[in-house]
Amino acid sequence: MPDTHFYHYDKYDRTLLSERVEQFRDQVRRRLAGELTEEQFKPLRLTNGLYLQLHAYMLRIAIPYGTLSSRQLRQLAAIARKYDKGYGHFTTRQNLQLNWIRLEDAPDAVAMLAEVDMHSIQTSGNVVRNTTADHFAGAAADEIEDPRVWCEIVRQWSTLHPEFSFLPRKFKIAITGSPNDRAAVRIHDVGLRLWRNEQGETGFEVIVGGGLGRTPMIGKTVRAFLPKDEMLAYLEAVLRVYNRYGRRDNLFKARIKILVHEIGIEKMREEVEAEYAAIKDSALKLDPQTIEAIAAHFAPPPLPHRPAISGEVERLKLEEPDFALWLKSNTAPHKLAGYRIVTASLKPAGAPPGDASSVQMEGVADIADAYSQSEVRVSHEQNLVLPHVAVEDLPAVYRALAGLGFAEANVGKITDIIACPGLDYCALANARSIPVAQRISNHFANLARQHDIGDLKVKISGCINACGHHHVGHIGILGVDKNGVELYQISLGGDVDFGKTALGDIIGPAVAADRIVEAVDALVRTYLDRREEGERFVDAYRRIGVEPFKESVYAAV
Amino acid sequence: MPLYREGSLQPVDATGPAPLPLEEWLKAPMQAVSLANTDQPDALSMRLSRLKLVVLHFPKFTDGRAYSQARLLRGRMGYRGELRATGAVLRDQLPFLLRCGFDSFESDQPGFGVALARARSLFSVVYQGAEDNRATVALLRLRQHRQPAELAAD
Repeated sequence: MPDTHFYHYDKYDRTLLSERVEQFRDQVRRRLAGELTEEQFKPLRLTNGLYLQLHAYMLRIAIPYGTLSSRQLRQLAAIARKYDKGYGHFTTRQNLQLNWIRLEDAPDAVAMLAEVDMHSIQTSGNVVRNTTADHFAGAAADEIEDPRVWCEIVRQWSTLHPEFSFLPRKFKIAITGSPNDRAAVRIHDVGLRLWRNEQGETGFEVIVGGGLGRTPMIGKTVRAFLPKDEMLAYLEAVLRVYNRYGRRDNLFKARIKILVHEIGIEKMREEVEAEYAAIKDSALKLDPQTIEAIAAHFAPPPLPHRPAISGEVERLKLEEPDFALWLKSNTAPHKLAGYRIVTASLKPAGAPPGDASSVQMEGVADIADAYSQSEVRVSHEQNLVLPHVAVEDLPAVYRALAGLGFAEANVGKITDIIACPGLDYCALANARSIPVAQRISNHFANLARQHDIGDLKVKISGCINACGHHHVGHIGILGVDKNGVELYQISLGGDVDFGKTALGDIIGPAVAADRIVEAVDALVRTYLDRREEGERFVDAYRRIGVEPFKESVYAAV
Repeated sequence: MPLYREGSLQPVDATGPAPLPLEEWLKAPMQAVSLANTDQPDALSMRLSRLKLVVLHFPKFTDGRAYSQARLLRGRMGYRGELRATGAVLRDQLPFLLRCGFDSFESDQPGFGVALARARSLFSVVYQGAEDNRATVALLRLRQHRQPAELAAD
C-alpha cells in the first residue's frame, strides 16, 4: 500500500532512478580516478544536484512540487545526519540543500534518496529543473484543480530529456491551479496557470520569459488557453525554440527571458506556435488514460468528517494570545470544513530562514503522521506545511510544533523572511544574507507588533543572482560589495501575487550592513504613520509612493 | 579524430566522400554535408534522400543545439542516412546522442568505444519519445493497463 496521497513510484520510475544512481556512481569513480577533468565532470555532477560551494560540496535534493511523505522526510533527516552535520536548508524552489557533502559520499547519499523514491536529478545545471507548485495544492479552498498532476507529468517528461540536457541555461517551470497564485508563475522561465474558460473547460495560460536574477523580468503570456492534453507538446515546442535560439555567447544573457526580450513576445509566439503546430499531433499529446492514471495518484486522502468548530480551540484563543495569533497567520482555509492547512514556521526569531535539523525534521514527520495524513509540503517561502489538519487537532499541533520551535505566529509577517544562503555558504554571493535576516528577525520578534504591522514580505539576496527573490519583496534587500565592504540596497513594492506581479523600485544608495535594521525600522514606522484602515505595507507604498519612505530611511541611517 | 560506430569497440575508418560545409554543399550537393549548429536543417530538405552522411557539430560539449538539429532531421524530415556527431563529443553524452538519432561519433576521449558499446544499456526505461523509437514508460503503462481488458474481450 502506498503511504502517500500523491504520486508513488512504480517499477519503471524505480528502475530509472537506480540506473541513474549507478551511472552517477561510475562518473564519481572516474572523477576520483582522474579519468574525468573537473570541466568534464561539472555538468554531470550538477545534473545530479551536486554543487561546489565555498567550503564543500552541496547536495540539492528535489522535492517535486514541494510534496513529501513523513517517511521521505525522515529519510532526509537520516541523510543529513549521516552525510552532513545533522541539518538541512529548505530553499525557495522547494528543494532541500545539504551543505557539507563529501564527493566520495555523494553516490551513497543519492542511493539513500532512491530508497524512498527521491532524487537530486536536474536540481542544477542547464536543464529543466524541479517543477514547483502551489504548496497548498490539493488542500486549498480556492483551488480549481490540483496542479501537481501536471507537475508530475512534466517531471517524467523532463527527466533525462535527450534533447534538452544541454540548454543555454537553467530552465524553471512553475504550475498553479488556483486564482491566488502561490507558485509565482510570472517569475519563472515558463509559468502555467490553470484556469476555467467561458465554456467551462480548464486549460493553461502559458507564460514565458519571467525570471529574477540580474535582469528581472515579468513573464509574458505566449498562449492564453492551452488544452491540458497538449501541455507536453507545447513545452517541447518552447524548449526547442529556446535550445536552438537562446543565447550561448554570454552566460548572463542565456536565460529564455533574454530571448523573449530580444526578439519580442510576438516573434517568440510565432516561433513557438509554428514548432507546436508541427508536433502537436505526435505522441506528445497526452492520452486521457495517462492523465487519469497520474491524477488518480493525487486523489485526496479520505478525510473523516470533523467538526468545523472546536470548543477547545475557542477556549485556547481567549487564554493564549500567541495561539490566537498563530491561528490567524499560520493556518489557512482547507477545501473541507473541519480542516485547516497549517504552516510550520521555519523562521523562529533569530534563526536562519529555512533551516531544519534532523531532529526537527523527524518531529515534523511525527506530527504529520499523527495529524496530517503523513503528508508535508515545502513552501517557496521556506516553511513546511501540514496540509490536512483537523480543526479539533489544532491545539495539539500547535503545542507539538512549539516543542520544535516551529510555531512562531509569523507566517506572511515581517520576520517570515526569505533569504538565500549568502556569503556564509555560497561562492557567488557578495554579501551575507542569513545574518541580516537574523538581525531583522530579532528586532521585530514581538508577535503582537508583527501582527499589527501585518502582511509584509521581506526578501534578501546576497548577490544579483537573486536567489532570495529580493525583486519581488515588499521590502527587497540586495547585498552588494563596494570595495570589499558589504552594503545593502533596498527596494520597495515588489510583489508576486497574480495580477499584481511587480518588481520593486530601488529607493537610493545602499545602506551599511550595521544600519540595515534601522533602515527597515524606518520603513515600518513610515508605514504605520501613514497607513489607512486595512491597508498593507505594499498597498500604502503604492498609494503614497517612495518619497516618504526614502526620507525616513536616509534620516535613520 | 577517431570515428566510432556501434558494433565496434575500436575506431573505424571513415569511408565515402568528405562532408562539405553547408554553403559549399548548396552549390554542389554531394552525398555528405556538415552543418554548423546554427544552420537550419531545412536547408537540406530538397536533396535529403540522396544524402548519405550529415555531420553535426558540438563546438563545446555543453552546447546542445545539435541535439535539436538531429531530432528535426530524423523525426521531422525523415533523414535515414548516417548522422555523425563531431567536435566535443564525450562518452557521457552518448545516451542522449543515441536517443536523438546519432549513429556515428568522432571523439578522442579514451575508452569511448567501450562506453559506446554499453551506452544503450545504461537506462532500460525512458520517459520521453525520441528518435530511437523506444517505447516510453507512459506507453508501457498503457499497455499494461489495457492488456487484461483486451484479453477479457477475446
